[in-house]
Amino acid sequence: MYNKSLKELSTSLHQKEISSVELSTYFLDRIKRLDPDLNSIVTLTEEAALSAAIKADEKISQGIAGVLTGIPLLHKDIFCTQNIKTSCASKMLDNFVAPYSATVVNRLADAGSVMLGKTNMDEFAMGSSNETSFYGGVKNPWDTKLVPGGSSGGSASAVAARLAPMATGTDTGGSIRQPAAFCGVTGIKPTYGRVSRYGMIAFASSLDQAGVMAKSAEDAAIMLQAMAGFDEKDSTSIDKPVGNYAESLNDSIKGLTVGLPKEFFSDELDDSIRQKIDEAVDVIKSAGAKIKEISLPNINLSVPAYYVVAPAECSANLSRFDGVRFGHRCESPVDLDDLYKRSRGEGFGDEVKRRIMMGAYVLSAGYYDAYYKKAQQVRRLIQQDFIEAFKEVDVIASATAPTVAFAAGEKKGDPVSMYLSDIFTIGVNLAGLPGMSVPCGFVDNKPVGLQLIGNYFAESRLLNVAHQYQQLTDWHQAVPAGFGEE
Amino acid sequence: MQWETVIGLEIHAQLATKSKIFSAASTAYGAEPNTQACAVDLGLPGTLPVLNEQAVKYAVKFGLAIGADIAKYSVFSRKNYFYPDLPKGYQISQFDLPIVGLGKLDIEVDGEIKTIGITRAHLEEDAGKSLHEDFHGMTGVDLNRAGTPLLEIVSEPDIRSSAQAVAYVKTIHSLVQYLDICDGNMQEGSFRCDVNVSVRPMGQEEFGTRAEIKNLNSFKFIEKAIHHEVERQIDLIESGGRVVQETRLYDANKDETRSMRSKEEANDYRYFPDPDLLPVEITPSLLQAMKAELPELPNQKKQRFEQQYQLTPYDASVLTAQRSLADYFEDMLECVEGEAKLCANWMMGELSAGLNQENLTILQSPISAKRLAGLVARISDQTISGKIAKQVFEQMWQGEESADEVIERKGLKQISDTGELEKIIDQLMIDNPVQVEQFRAGKTKMLGFFVGNIMKQTQGKANPQTVNQLLQAKLSD
Repeated sequence: MYNKSLKELSTSLHQKEISSVELSTYFLDRIKRLDPDLNSIVTLTEEAALSAAIKADEKISQGIAGVLTGIPLLHKDIFCTQNIKTSCASKMLDNFVAPYSATVVNRLADAGSVMLGKTNMDEFAMGSSNETSFYGGVKNPWDTKLVPGGSSGGSASAVAARLAPMATGTDTGGSIRQPAAFCGVTGIKPTYGRVSRYGMIAFASSLDQAGVMAKSAEDAAIMLQAMAGFDEKDSTSIDKPVGNYAESLNDSIKGLTVGLPKEFFSDELDDSIRQKIDEAVDVIKSAGAKIKEISLPNINLSVPAYYVVAPAECSANLSRFDGVRFGHRCESPVDLDDLYKRSRGEGFGDEVKRRIMMGAYVLSAGYYDAYYKKAQQVRRLIQQDFIEAFKEVDVIASATAPTVAFAAGEKKGDPVSMYLSDIFTIGVNLAGLPGMSVPCGFVDNKPVGLQLIGNYFAESRLLNVAHQYQQLTDWHQAVPAGFGEE
Repeated sequence: MQWETVIGLEIHAQLATKSKIFSAASTAYGAEPNTQACAVDLGLPGTLPVLNEQAVKYAVKFGLAIGADIAKYSVFSRKNYFYPDLPKGYQISQFDLPIVGLGKLDIEVDGEIKTIGITRAHLEEDAGKSLHEDFHGMTGVDLNRAGTPLLEIVSEPDIRSSAQAVAYVKTIHSLVQYLDICDGNMQEGSFRCDVNVSVRPMGQEEFGTRAEIKNLNSFKFIEKAIHHEVERQIDLIESGGRVVQETRLYDANKDETRSMRSKEEANDYRYFPDPDLLPVEITPSLLQAMKAELPELPNQKKQRFEQQYQLTPYDASVLTAQRSLADYFEDMLECVEGEAKLCANWMMGELSAGLNQENLTILQSPISAKRLAGLVARISDQTISGKIAKQVFEQMWQGEESADEVIERKGLKQISDTGELEKIIDQLMIDNPVQVEQFRAGKTKMLGFFVGNIMKQTQGKANPQTVNQLLQAKLSD
């Protein structure tokens, strides 16, 4: 059951082979049994799940159900869920219950899906290993000594362990793709503005984008379909029709040009990973695609530019957590200054504080031009590189991350080395492009991810290439040892 | 030494939109604390601002009215600082790319016209209110006002006296009401200003160091605060001190300004473009539509009043100082065509005095334009004299009655019936033969004696013209 595709699950539900209540109970049981080893879920919403499942079953009986009706899912704990705690894995929001739900949550609920719980993550989505969570790190189901990646590590770990058929994630600099790669699942971050950010707690507003963690490109297409589209509550969401993602999955990729940026195949890339990527590219080539080396000349500036822009935005976005209206408030403040300093000092973890300070610094008088303004200029150069590249190629391919999953604690004391684990993914966010990570093999029994980058609003094309690749490979169907029992 | 005062002003005009600038919450004044603040206004996590188009349109209208450049693209920025009544920890404002660029405005002081440059006008959200009283050593926060749209209008340092400053503020105050983009209510804080004041030796080109006086919300306070501040600065310099750049508060009770914070203590606001909002694009078609919607502006109206109604420049300028006054005046004229001068006199006389006494605006007048026109009509057709009309006006002010109802009830109708008046005159002449003789002997002043007596007997209701004619005729017999 746990490895069934969304289509198969949906068919079983529609044919009444199983009810949504049974299916939800099945996955809730898996979570209760298996998650204690992973810590991928911070809030289990069993009661709400069962009542949603009952409603889903009614819809199925009435014949008014869609493909996602009755399908269980998990939401990253960055999406606000009405009357259910939304913590962003921070002590700051350990007591926060939003009086509204994120647009993404509402759309998936309207599609009939059943939320089982909320997944662990790096605190405020700041991290690449899930070790910054107030609720403790998440473990990688392929080897619990390893990190699952971050920041959507809980969602990646849970989907890899088959604790739910699908989960939401968010990606600011690689937070869907890198954990998807580390955990061997399929993740997609759509074009900036394709999915509403309303109700999604902001880290870096111009980079944040919600997306999908799933077992396959086909599942990802179905789930993204329900999430995508204009939302008048988000001024940066884009009012442009959403394509039919499932429809084009089976299109031939013959004649398609896949670009390999030479900058992504340099020394930073582990040789063993490079070999897996080469193999994956060969598979795509065997399906009729043309391969072309390209150059993204400014891409090496993406990490430094990102670590100016993202902290700058986060320093303002996180100012609202001041202990005045909601969230953590220190005990018995003596005055306003004390209230601010202690509430924020106690409520935020080290990585969050580090980024707030970096952000405040790069925006401060006298430094703005040298840092923030310069970074925005670099950002435009990187965007221009991609625009030029997409004049020659249809899709860009690379490794998702320069290494496989590393051990917990390995990079914790070395922020720069941690930041570099997003070296291949960050440019995509700076440019606002859609990107995917697709499982493409293992190195020492650790999953490797193939990153596919598409042109603006080319989600259909990305999903199509990924699906065609998955028709010829079965890496995405591998289940970690210890999670393969029903 | 002769000193010259240099003044620049920042006016905050609250835009009269129904909902807030970035949320759907109502902007109505006076609601219970925190009942008009939605999730967006509270800065709850995950919420996002959506720009109110009406606020943009209002800003464009203002820009057009001062002949300013309207930016094709303008950008909202975040102004970062912590304060309990600022829910997000930043205020969404406009910084380097405001919606309204350089414009200008003519003001009139003592009959002289002076042009004041307007540097810019930009859109921003208001903060909430911190309430320091009634909370037993704690501070209460009311976020009803948080997110209310403001247009901040920044003048060039072109103003040279408190009188010019007040004239400038009054002109803007009138203009925003003409444009119907701000209710101008200073008591409720819909219109308030910060004044930058500096002094320099007469003839010196370089500006002196300025002090900013924050949050002045009446014309009187603006004038007093400037007076005080100019004196303070001159005294300081003449006694060997230096003016420091700082923010000061005006204390109306003590009539003084005092330091709030110096430049060194000033926040670094770390402005940067708000990534939650797209640049505001003003299309040529929107610009065209706003131009078409512009009402008649104060100066245009003043000129028209002079021509169309033959008002003196003074009357025309008083009556067009506020759009509501001008509307009242023209509403009256709709009922009593051709009586412009009389209408103007009554508005600027009795009505204005009554409103001032009770501290009311024309919009709150107990007597509507139509009712007052009813009174003017009776003066015009000589049913009552101007003097009696004042009595009628008082009755109208206190009740709901029309002029006709008061005249009827109190029997104030003017006596123009010559028969009735002749009887009174005849009797008067019989009773006062000496006075009649004196008149006939050339002491024409005695006419006043007779008129006064008749008025007394008729309780002022006698038509003075008729009385005069009859008396002249009879006494001269």
